[in-house]
Amino acid sequence: MTASADFAIETHNLRKAFGPQVAVRDLSFVVPRGEIFGFLGPNGAGKSTSIKMLLGLVRPTSGSATVLGAPLGDVEVRRRIGFLPEDFRFYEWLTATELVRFHGRLAGMSAGRLRTRVPEVIDMVGLASHRDRKLRGFSKGMLQRIGLAQAIVHEPELVFLDEPTSGLDPMGRRMVRDILRAERDRGATVFLNSHLLSEIEVTCDRVAFIKDGAIATVRELGAGWQDEVRVAVRADGVTDAAVSGLSRWTTWARLDGPELRFGASSEQVLPEVVRHLVGAGADIFQVTLDRMSLEDVFVQLVGEDRGL
Amino acid sequence: MNGVWIMAGITWREALRRKILWTALVAGALLLAVFAAAMHLQVLEFQGRAMSPFVRYQVEAGMLMIGLYTCDLLAVVLTILTSIDTIAGEIGSGTIQAIATKPVARWQIVLGKFLGFVAMIAAYVAVTYAATIWVARATTGVLPQHPLLGYLLIVFECVIALALTFLFGTWFSTLTNGVLVLGLQGVAFMGGWLEQVSGFSQSVHIVTLGIASSLLMPGESVWRRAAYELQTQLAGSLSFSPFANVSIPSLLAMGYAAAYLAVALGVAVWHFQRRDL
Repeated sequence: MTASADFAIETHNLRKAFGPQVAVRDLSFVVPRGEIFGFLGPNGAGKSTSIKMLLGLVRPTSGSATVLGAPLGDVEVRRRIGFLPEDFRFYEWLTATELVRFHGRLAGMSAGRLRTRVPEVIDMVGLASHRDRKLRGFSKGMLQRIGLAQAIVHEPELVFLDEPTSGLDPMGRRMVRDILRAERDRGATVFLNSHLLSEIEVTCDRVAFIKDGAIATVRELGAGWQDEVRVAVRADGVTDAAVSGLSRWTTWARLDGPELRFGASSEQVLPEVVRHLVGAGADIFQVTLDRMSLEDVFVQLVGEDRGL
Repeated sequence: MNGVWIMAGITWREALRRKILWTALVAGALLLAVFAAAMHLQVLEFQGRAMSPFVRYQVEAGMLMIGLYTCDLLAVVLTILTSIDTIAGEIGSGTIQAIATKPVARWQIVLGKFLGFVAMIAAYVAVTYAATIWVARATTGVLPQHPLLGYLLIVFECVIALALTFLFGTWFSTLTNGVLVLGLQGVAFMGGWLEQVSGFSQSVHIVTLGIASSLLMPGESVWRRAAYELQTQLAGSLSFSPFANVSIPSLLAMGYAAAYLAVALGVAVWHFQRRDL
């Protein structure tokens, strides 16, 4: 068992009910320090309420949790936490610089540090040429960027980002991805709530799926995280006997007209499978490897009928 | 305490940057212009007539009170309109989320915003109040009796309304908050006048009703105390004046108003501290 000092977040049976409506049923998970942790789930699964509980915005009905070792609601620990809310909104009469300065001051930064850090972080989010413009004229994407700047201005140890890329174009998304990686490389832990599965897939070290107010599964991402590779083979002359003979390498196999489909634990088995089929008299025209994406896992977990 | 000052500072800056304060100042300037013209016309009219200086003083002092009363009403309305949105609106839009997750206790957010508004109101009243007195002095030479005490009482009245918008803002939406506070302000207004009328009608029931209204919302009674402090005995003795000293709220009533303010702000802080954002 890892010591709890290694976890940025640790929750035990967190529950939140708004009257008769249960938003979060039973939330227990840990987030290791120094990782980018993805938080996924369909609409209404309890993602936002969970984040709000971890940030002390919403009081849990029962259960407990620690964030950076402090109990929920601790004020001092927030010096080390950054947060970009979903649909970031702020006083639109402030300029970009004033907004980030204000948040830096609230986070307890010194005047000297603010002088150098504020322009630096505004530059980082690509708004250097807009730093003295009022937020009133900002597009949704620009607000999202300035929101990210205020979340990381004080170099927090833990950053919560709720849908950070929702208003961004592809370049903006790449920028966010780069910033998140830079934050991780600096040693920060990033808690990322996003609907964009592909974003999570390329950015996160670990992902938790939440369903009906509880954690359905937690997966480690990175190379070879998938449980299964799926293969489609277009071939002539594949016999039933040849298909049954595949069971040494595959978890399942099905012949569907001219197409043979099977699942395997690794792509390492492919040469053996092809040799076996050719040996059994089949002519092979095409072999397609279909990795299971996060989306497949997601759909498998929540069911096809649930929208994102 | 640092968080309190940061929040007070941003609230003050917001007041200066948003149009509402400047619009209210323009409205104040317009009313002042009307007031100055009326005072001037009155002086002209008096010049053509032989009248006792005693009556003349009473009329001019009465007009100064009308000017100061308008000043007071504008300040109360400005207080309510600028502050109904500050907590309710920021909870509704989610703006508060990025602030409440900073290392600042929630009571500091409420108190900081509150102090920022108090500073804005105090500045606004200082400008319009001083300008009104200056116009009266320049045209007629009439001066209020205790100008500083009067000023403080008017600010006090506004701050009571402010505490109410904060209190309801932690529970309700901006719109509901506005309706509630304006409604209570109406009750206070009615209560104040009922007490004033009771001085003439001698009806015990009207007095009771007036007192009950003032207990529900003591803002107007603070104004009537201010009116009493602002007028000399002579000016306040004009029995048909709406500002006559017929029913003067006691120091106990002022103490009640202070306690009312403290409780409203206290409950606002307490509830904001506990509620989900």
